[in-house]
Amino acid sequence: MPDIHVEHAEHAEHGLAHQFEDLTQQQEADTLGIWVFLVTEIMFFGGIFAGYAILRWLYFAAFEGGSHLLDIRLGAFNTVALLGSSLTMALAVRSAQTGNRRLQVIFLTWTLILGGVFLGIKAYEYHQKFVEHIVPSLDWAPEGEVLAHLAPGGLNHAELYFFFYFGMTGLHAIHMIIGMGLLIWLLLRARKGDFTPTYFGPVEVVGLYWHFVDIVWIFLFPLLYLIGGRY
Amino acid sequence: MSQHIEPTKTYVTVFVTLIGLTLLTTGVAFIDLGAFNTVVALAIAFCKMLLVILFFMHVRHSSGLVRITVIAGFFWLALLIGLTLTDYHTRTWTSPPQAWSNSAPPTHP
Repeated sequence: MPDIHVEHAEHAEHGLAHQFEDLTQQQEADTLGIWVFLVTEIMFFGGIFAGYAILRWLYFAAFEGGSHLLDIRLGAFNTVALLGSSLTMALAVRSAQTGNRRLQVIFLTWTLILGGVFLGIKAYEYHQKFVEHIVPSLDWAPEGEVLAHLAPGGLNHAELYFFFYFGMTGLHAIHMIIGMGLLIWLLLRARKGDFTPTYFGPVEVVGLYWHFVDIVWIFLFPLLYLIGGRY
Repeated sequence: MSQHIEPTKTYVTVFVTLIGLTLLTTGVAFIDLGAFNTVVALAIAFCKMLLVILFFMHVRHSSGLVRITVIAGFFWLALLIGLTLTDYHTRTWTSPPQAWSNSAPPTHP
């Protein structure tokens, strides 16, 4: 009987799981695995985007009115912050590939900071919605100027727009919070020098997830903030 | 799998382009293009998505298996949104069959 354990021990490499032949095969499996997960995420967000498309088409005036209550500057700033975090994430993966531990830690930290900036601004925007009483179900009582602005499109349909606004940005924010948890985990491992030019699967996989969350926002920004133009 | 390491310059160039497109889409929102405002906004978002997928997500240098997975995902998304919208947009094109309105309403036990 061949002694598999001895054979494996001889070739044991840092980070190689026992079910894989080598790190190259493991890396390919990691990448494919996370992409299959991301495809399920595409379908998950896709269903909501499809629902959004139908209701926006049916109640365009109400959606336009709701959209104009959002602050376009905050939305644009957040887009830049998130794109910046994607850049630092890509550079963190690159630093792992080149084996630079110091840069890995720096870029992962910046990714975390920019993610935090995004969520902070998002929280401020949510707070504003409570101030204006345009939170569907929980605090829906638009008054004064806000009411005059929303009334022409129909209040119920404007509420529907804000359901989509909170639902879509909320799910996006939950994905970011999970992503930031993963970044902290990576940061702790990167500090110990766990990732090498041959073994950097976790950095790559979390990176792909983070970029996907960025892509969702790339679509949410024009769809929620820029409806019908601001001219 | 290829262990391709992209130069830092490429990532920075892609990032600058993405920022440029963000400013462009924000600026276009202030110009009246009628229905084309939505078309332009989505076209710009699509370009940004392609840049992120191809460069940041390394699909440019990925294996065929990973590429086909990505393409299949977006193809299914296109079916989901495309066919749903086709349904909603064409529902009122024809009236319901005569037989439906002539038949007696269902009686409940």
